[in-house]
Amino acid sequence: MIDGLNPALILIFGALLVPLFPQPWRTAYVIALPLVSMLQLVLHPYGSFAEVPLYEMTLETFRLDGLSFVFGLIFHIAAVLGVIYALHDDDPVHPTAGLLYAGSAIGAAFAGDLVTLFVYWELTAASSVFLIWARRTESAFKAGMRYLIIQIGSGVILLAGLVLHYNESGSITFAAMDLDTVGGKLIFLAFGIKCAFPFLHNWLQDTYPEATASGTVLLSAFTTKLAVYALARGYAGTDMLIWIGAAMTAFPIFYAVIENDLRRVLAYSLNNQLGFMVVGIGIGTQLSINGAAAHAFCHILYKALLFMSMGAVLLRAGTCKGSELGGLYKSMPFTTVCCIIGAASISAFPLFSGFVSKSMIVSAVAYEHLTVVWLMLIFASAGVFHHSGIKIPYFAFFAHDSGIRCEEAPLSMRIAMGITAALCIGIGVFPGLLYAILPYPVDYVPYTTAHVITQLQLLMYSALAFTVMMVWKIYPPELRSVVLDTDWFYRRLLARTVPPALDAVFDRVYHAQAYALTTTIVAVKRAGSAFARSALARDNQSTNMVTWAVLALAVSIAWGMRG
Amino acid sequence: MDKKTAENTWFDKPENVRKIIWALGIVCAALFLADFFYHKHAHFAVENVFGFYALYGFIMCVLLVLAAKLMRVFLMRDEDYYD
Repeated sequence: MIDGLNPALILIFGALLVPLFPQPWRTAYVIALPLVSMLQLVLHPYGSFAEVPLYEMTLETFRLDGLSFVFGLIFHIAAVLGVIYALHDDDPVHPTAGLLYAGSAIGAAFAGDLVTLFVYWELTAASSVFLIWARRTESAFKAGMRYLIIQIGSGVILLAGLVLHYNESGSITFAAMDLDTVGGKLIFLAFGIKCAFPFLHNWLQDTYPEATASGTVLLSAFTTKLAVYALARGYAGTDMLIWIGAAMTAFPIFYAVIENDLRRVLAYSLNNQLGFMVVGIGIGTQLSINGAAAHAFCHILYKALLFMSMGAVLLRAGTCKGSELGGLYKSMPFTTVCCIIGAASISAFPLFSGFVSKSMIVSAVAYEHLTVVWLMLIFASAGVFHHSGIKIPYFAFFAHDSGIRCEEAPLSMRIAMGITAALCIGIGVFPGLLYAILPYPVDYVPYTTAHVITQLQLLMYSALAFTVMMVWKIYPPELRSVVLDTDWFYRRLLARTVPPALDAVFDRVYHAQAYALTTTIVAVKRAGSAFARSALARDNQSTNMVTWAVLALAVSIAWGMRG
Repeated sequence: MDKKTAENTWFDKPENVRKIIWALGIVCAALFLADFFYHKHAHFAVENVFGFYALYGFIMCVLLVLAAKLMRVFLMRDEDYYD
């Protein structure tokens, strides 16, 4: 352990060296690097380190406490599992971008001030987009561009917010923020974009399913949970978050029922799981913040596991669409079992990880007697089981036999899935291990008779509803389709209206240019002849200077708009 | 079935699927009756309705699917819509 060395720096600078290693050394290196970094984190004492003076500010580049530790640790675990999973292809882009991305997210979680947070915030966007582009298709490239614009946009809003916040408060420390100030509002919005708040959410479902099998696994772990951490740090106890979170738990599950691409279904359920965490942050009690942190921890693992299993299906069967799949349990029994373990975990079955974390949040809501929110969360819990718990494994591995016969997932994928599945069960069986590292002391018992029975009732009757609707053929079949969401506004509406509008603008600019040019020439001529006659030359000179400046500006604007 | 490796086709047999459905039915019935045998620490009045979690889970899931089917009418497009 090196005192004061930020683990994020080990990962970021270490990641840049990945492409230099030939195989088989690269394999050893990409697994060892996050493990070394994790060791540095686990052995490091709490406190604020590596302070950097900047003008009259002080950057706290490495702040370690109860809240940032949990997120730093799970980000490391996700990085290790993600790179192991990605070993099956020899493409160095996954470990390089993946470790850089993980390091950026860890650096952001350890940022004690807003400037450092901003730098890492942008770095997560810039490094992660390569995981989408690694798919090397036209649609992945375009999706990556949309992703980049939105993610970098979140950073720009964060920057504006932190400048205003600094002017208002004179401090750049990243602690509890004031939502009443303009700066506080902008920072909240920046976090909300990355956390996929309702109406700001659709970048997630739009882009994650476009990435490679390994890329999506890595993407699913960091960005949104970094936003959860940032909200917990800056806006714990903000009432508005309770309602935002409750809405997030409910609306994506409707989409998940009718979406055909199974990785997009998982992206919707990722959105819904974030909602539980946001509710926990909004309530802001020790139990609910613990619950949000615990749920983020468990969620990263089971969501990665689900994306891993669907990534294996994508690799072996060549598609991830429910309408094309079915009967894969015969070809991929190991992947099937791992997927079911992930499904049981996200559904919060007793003895699986989701149960011990989600019940903390639901209990925290119950202790506050928030009836409507509680009913929404219970509904969302039943709904999650419906699509992530049943639909994903059922349509991929069972249902009608698609006739697809393929190989089981490659060894590296199986190892990653096996370890992740073991962690999901381990946390579910021994919740004390997770509770021991939460930010606040835990006084909570997940396994009470009432908890277990009521949760089983909820889940089993959800399964019964699915079965009844399947038998009676009420359940909507998987269809090749696109389901419109808010991305329609920028992928269709803007795309259909802006270019024509731009054409009109271009026309005007060219006309204006021509007009400006001719009038300027005329003006210059007149001014020139006037200059010869006039004693007031300086005024004319200044007029001419202004005219030329305006002309240069018009030309440069027109030139810029061409791109 | 002249395959070199005998496939596991347990789930393809209708009688096995029926077994699973029966098992689910028995588990659901048992869980419903389980409400007799323990004390709920209710935080909400509605929790005291007998079998509330079971009824709520079933009804809300049916409504969820029906609502989602309705959404398809308005929001579903061809697969190549954005291409």
